[in-house]
Amino acid sequence: MALKIVKGSIDRMFDKNLQDLVRGIRNHKEEEAKYISTCIDEIKQELKQDNIAVKANAVCKLTYLQMLGYDVSWAAFNIVEVMSSSKFTYKRIGYLAASQCFHESTDVIMLTTNQIRKDLSSPNQYDTGVALTGLSCFVTPDLARDLANDIMTLMSHTKPYIRKKAVLIMYKVFLKYPESLRPAFPRLKEKLEDPDPGVQSAAVNVICELARRNPKNYLSLAPLFFKLMTSSTNNWVLIKIIKLFGALTPLEPRLGKKLIEPLTNLIHSTSAMSLLYECVNTVIAVLISLSSGMPNHSASIQLCVQKLRILIEDSDQNLKYLGLLAMSKILKTHPKSVQSHKDLILQCLDDKDESIRLRALDLLYGMVSKKNLMEIVKKLMLHVDKAEGTTYRDELLTKIIDICSQSNYQYITNFEWYISILVELTRLEGTRHGHLIASQMLDVAIRVKAIRGFAVAQMATLLDNAHLLTGNVQRKGICEVLYAAAWICGEFSEHLENPMQTLEAMLRPKVATLPGHIQAVYVQNAAKLFATVLKSGEGSADSTAAQEMMIERLPLFVQSANLEVQERASCILQLVKYIQKLQQKDVEIAEEVIALFAGELNPVAPKAQKKVPVPEGLDLDAWINEPPSESESEDEQPRAIFSKEEPKYSRPRHTEVDEKELAKRREVRKQEQASNPFYIKSSPSSQKVYQEGPGVEHIPVVQIDLTVPLKVPGLPMSDQYVKLEEERRQKDRADKKKKEKKKRKEKRGGGRGKKHDSGPESEEDITPAHMVDIVTEEMPENALPSDDDDKDPNDPHKALDIDLDKPLADNEKLPVRSHRAAEVLKSPTEDEDEPVVQSEETSVVAAPPTSTTSEVSDLDFWLSNAPVPSNAQEAAPVAADPVPEAASGAAPDSEPEEPKDTEAEETPMSNYCLLAENSYIKMMLEDADQVNDIQGNLQDGSQVVVSVIFENKCESFLKSMEFNVLDSLNSKLQRPEGSGAHDALSVPFQLPPGVSNEARFVFTMQSIVMPQKLKGTLTFIVKNEDSSTHEKLEFKLHFTCSSYLITTPCYSDAFAKLLESGDLKCSSVKLEGISMPFHHLLAKICFHHHFSVVERIDSCASMYSRSIQGHHVCLLVKTSEQTVSIDAKCDEPTLLGNVLDEIKQTFSQC
Amino acid sequence: MRFLLLFSRQGKLRLQKWFTPVSDREKKKVIRDMMLLVLARQPRSCNFLHWRDLKIVYKRYASLYFCSGLENNDNELLALEVLHRYVELLDKYFGNVCELDLIFNFEKAYYILDEFLIGGEVLETSKVAVSDSMEEADTLQETMEEYMSKPTY
Repeated sequence: MALKIVKGSIDRMFDKNLQDLVRGIRNHKEEEAKYISTCIDEIKQELKQDNIAVKANAVCKLTYLQMLGYDVSWAAFNIVEVMSSSKFTYKRIGYLAASQCFHESTDVIMLTTNQIRKDLSSPNQYDTGVALTGLSCFVTPDLARDLANDIMTLMSHTKPYIRKKAVLIMYKVFLKYPESLRPAFPRLKEKLEDPDPGVQSAAVNVICELARRNPKNYLSLAPLFFKLMTSSTNNWVLIKIIKLFGALTPLEPRLGKKLIEPLTNLIHSTSAMSLLYECVNTVIAVLISLSSGMPNHSASIQLCVQKLRILIEDSDQNLKYLGLLAMSKILKTHPKSVQSHKDLILQCLDDKDESIRLRALDLLYGMVSKKNLMEIVKKLMLHVDKAEGTTYRDELLTKIIDICSQSNYQYITNFEWYISILVELTRLEGTRHGHLIASQMLDVAIRVKAIRGFAVAQMATLLDNAHLLTGNVQRKGICEVLYAAAWICGEFSEHLENPMQTLEAMLRPKVATLPGHIQAVYVQNAAKLFATVLKSGEGSADSTAAQEMMIERLPLFVQSANLEVQERASCILQLVKYIQKLQQKDVEIAEEVIALFAGELNPVAPKAQKKVPVPEGLDLDAWINEPPSESESEDEQPRAIFSKEEPKYSRPRHTEVDEKELAKRREVRKQEQASNPFYIKSSPSSQKVYQEGPGVEHIPVVQIDLTVPLKVPGLPMSDQYVKLEEERRQKDRADKKKKEKKKRKEKRGGGRGKKHDSGPESEEDITPAHMVDIVTEEMPENALPSDDDDKDPNDPHKALDIDLDKPLADNEKLPVRSHRAAEVLKSPTEDEDEPVVQSEETSVVAAPPTSTTSEVSDLDFWLSNAPVPSNAQEAAPVAADPVPEAASGAAPDSEPEEPKDTEAEETPMSNYCLLAENSYIKMMLEDADQVNDIQGNLQDGSQVVVSVIFENKCESFLKSMEFNVLDSLNSKLQRPEGSGAHDALSVPFQLPPGVSNEARFVFTMQSIVMPQKLKGTLTFIVKNEDSSTHEKLEFKLHFTCSSYLITTPCYSDAFAKLLESGDLKCSSVKLEGISMPFHHLLAKICFHHHFSVVERIDSCASMYSRSIQGHHVCLLVKTSEQTVSIDAKCDEPTLLGNVLDEIKQTFSQC
Repeated sequence: MRFLLLFSRQGKLRLQKWFTPVSDREKKKVIRDMMLLVLARQPRSCNFLHWRDLKIVYKRYASLYFCSGLENNDNELLALEVLHRYVELLDKYFGNVCELDLIFNFEKAYYILDEFLIGGEVLETSKVAVSDSMEEADTLQETMEEYMSKPTY
């Protein structure tokens, strides 16, 4: 102590250095904040000193405090002072402080530009080093612009230490100042071949980062990187390069082909797990890019899956995690190969580590099939019971629902089972996902008509036992389920066995403790139930009891604090009282009450609203009325509270809108529709059956036999379904085998047998327990198909999407300050005498002065002509192909066709038919497809769009394709304005070998009553390495009358009116010897001739379609034995005759 | 790599390095979330986590957690490798490094990191090269410190 006093005042300034500060903080644990605030005061004093050493010491302490979370932005200027010290010791401290504390909005940064430039050109490499390091942390767009040229010069510094730093900093500069990328890129590329491995790896790093964001601009570097990959032994660099290739392959499948071999070699040879993992990832990316149109590389997939299995089986948790992660990538394209490891993945569900369990759950999503769904969900349900943390349990719950509901409930064969799973999930404690379960219940009950009876019974039980769900405070989230239960019971009350009991359950006083929106639904649906009870027996004991109950219990809700509940309750109470009054006068009223709730709600597709195009001439942003003046609005404001706003309901499943209100609106809509000539009318009696295009789904709903016992409380019942399902499938299989045998006897010696009689049971063999028709979600009639998600406009990497192969323009130079030129030259650079960027030759990317010029400049050449490794298995079929007549060795590659062919077998109804083909190219025509004016403006409905797929079948490049058609009087190809009537249209793309692409052409038709045939030619240039030839392909475009028809849904009552109207001419046709099942026949008509099924009764169906010019075409199709008779009506007899001829032809072909 | 954090088992931050510009508020939030997530992990769990759109790779060395945030495409094993290499470098520099070394010489820990990583990318993969440049810079600094410690007034 005495010593301290003796110390001089100057010495005392040094007395607290960083170590002392740290020690002091550690010694003042109790009053840390207080201690630090005194320290900060000291530091402020120190910063006022002139001595730079004192200042640096203060800044160093501040940096430490900044790390602890204290704000030190006030000292920014002092930091700059320390940075500009000439002593390295202080400069280092200053730059460290700056890199920790500065950010883009620090205003003193702009003062640093010249200081940093000076440091960058300092003769001491460590001065330059710290400046670069600091810059990497706080570079701003301004700094980047001003310093880009200096840093670029440093990329050619004599010392590798500076070179590698400069190269890495350039990436940050590019991000902030994208204009610098093109001028700097040639030099960056040079650095890929720098003699120093550190610089080389830095350059690889930067280009990889750039390429990952905008891969297409870096394709031309592929040969160079390929060379690096095969020569480098540094794993750090290898990983980066392989990652880069992973980003490039999706753009260039041929590159993937080339990569497979070296990558598989690496996979076999490397011992570094990180490298192995990266290789596997890239091979997966390659396989994904190849899976479209190339023969499958089953060996490579097998290798990947095998290696991943080893990773997953490893005791190292990290490898296990990554293995599962990579598996999920394979799953997307090759689900079969992953599915075989189901055992392993299920095993991972038992892992202690939550991260691993979550990854395994992700995989399960893709592994379910109709066959194993029940089994997997059963296992998950067990986990739900066992799981400790609620977050994991919630995750399980959402996964179960995800798995079951994926792709429109594709894998669910038994919806009773699914409903009972949902009911079981409601017993989960403390889950936040009540609303999720609720929306699933609603969705299933609404869309799967066959299940309603069962669902209603289950929901009634739930309502009855509502106290179990709400008893506990913890179970708040789950009571959302009651919302769904109440709504389902009310809406489908006709299925209720004991509506009285449910009504009672809904009106219990306990209900008043539920959240308001649920109470509201209760009250509303109690009214629906009441209507049902009333209908079942007017004047009966039940109905009077129900009435009394309503009158007795509803007042409780009338007093509710929730406005919604109150309003509904008082409304309904008055209604019930009124009904009572009428009944006392012996007025029959049940029919009228039930009419309040009549009609069915169809689900609306989630994006329906978004897809309605804005009608022409409607400006949504325009004011309808003049905007009110400012002063007025102030007075008006309070009134706005009472003005009733339109309730917005985007999700129909949560219909919180008053049911009456809805009924009213329905009425209004009907009126509107009645006066709208284009809307097909409906009558209240008929049920709306919404038909989808290929009416295959239109299969009569088979009644479920309710032999399944209803829920036994407390017993998990979904298990029973698993057993039942197993038995049922066994029975099915036995049945099928019998049939199969019969068939085989009949067909003895009849060529090849079908695949599935050999396999134990394939996916298709599993028939659903009961046919369910999933009601499709409604879409507006003229919905726009496009629905693309915009990319994030704020992504900094977007600005770096720059074409690097274009030669530099004169104005693309980095700003160089002329008065600094002398200093720039001071720094020892390799090419001092050459002005940076100024000369065009050095900066043109396409012509680097390296030995690899030819390779680099022509990627296609590199990809197509390099010898394919002979042991690569995919090369085999190519070699086996004989070289045909084609000129100069252009061998047609038959590979791409193979997958097409198999596909065609699986889906017999392809939209595409072969238009023309030769050894170079194949043209596939899609059934002409019509575009109508959005408004259905019949005068303009004369356009037909033809989609043609061009597929390059040879190994040469096809370019300059021109498509031309000889116009007829009736139909004309639409050509761009200004071109002559016989000019060809150029196809807007070129075709590399094996690639196919689609082009669309628009035709204008005068009359659509007759089919049309148009002659056309396609000319193109076949280019290979040493020659190019002009080729021509002739084709005929056939416009059938069916192609002028648009699939238009029609309701049966509107259909009936149409037929009665008498405007239609009649015609009929008979088809003999049709052996296909009736629904196939209908599907065929729907598909090929664009009809939709209006109604189907047994072996008789009515169908409807409309032409692009608005002709109605109605069909009545009947079948008996093998004869099908079609009676047809249309307002245009010629069109009808032609359509019937075409239908006849369709069936004569099969 | 987006950021690197070092913190103790008690939840005390020892080092933070951000490779992309992040606002101070966001930094604090990330640091808090990281500590909550990482410190809650069971022993013998895997070293990877998903957090927002980032992959978190962490590893515990003695009483210190090294925690880094990666972008979606980055290689987790490589990141572990980076963390390990950083620990090796610290070890080499301090000679059997411990938490106190980092507390009292926090600026050195930053300098070493700066020689190893720049802007979240590996600058130098060679251990020898990093420690060489560290040493050389230090001698430069130490001589100056000695020089400065002589009273000039």
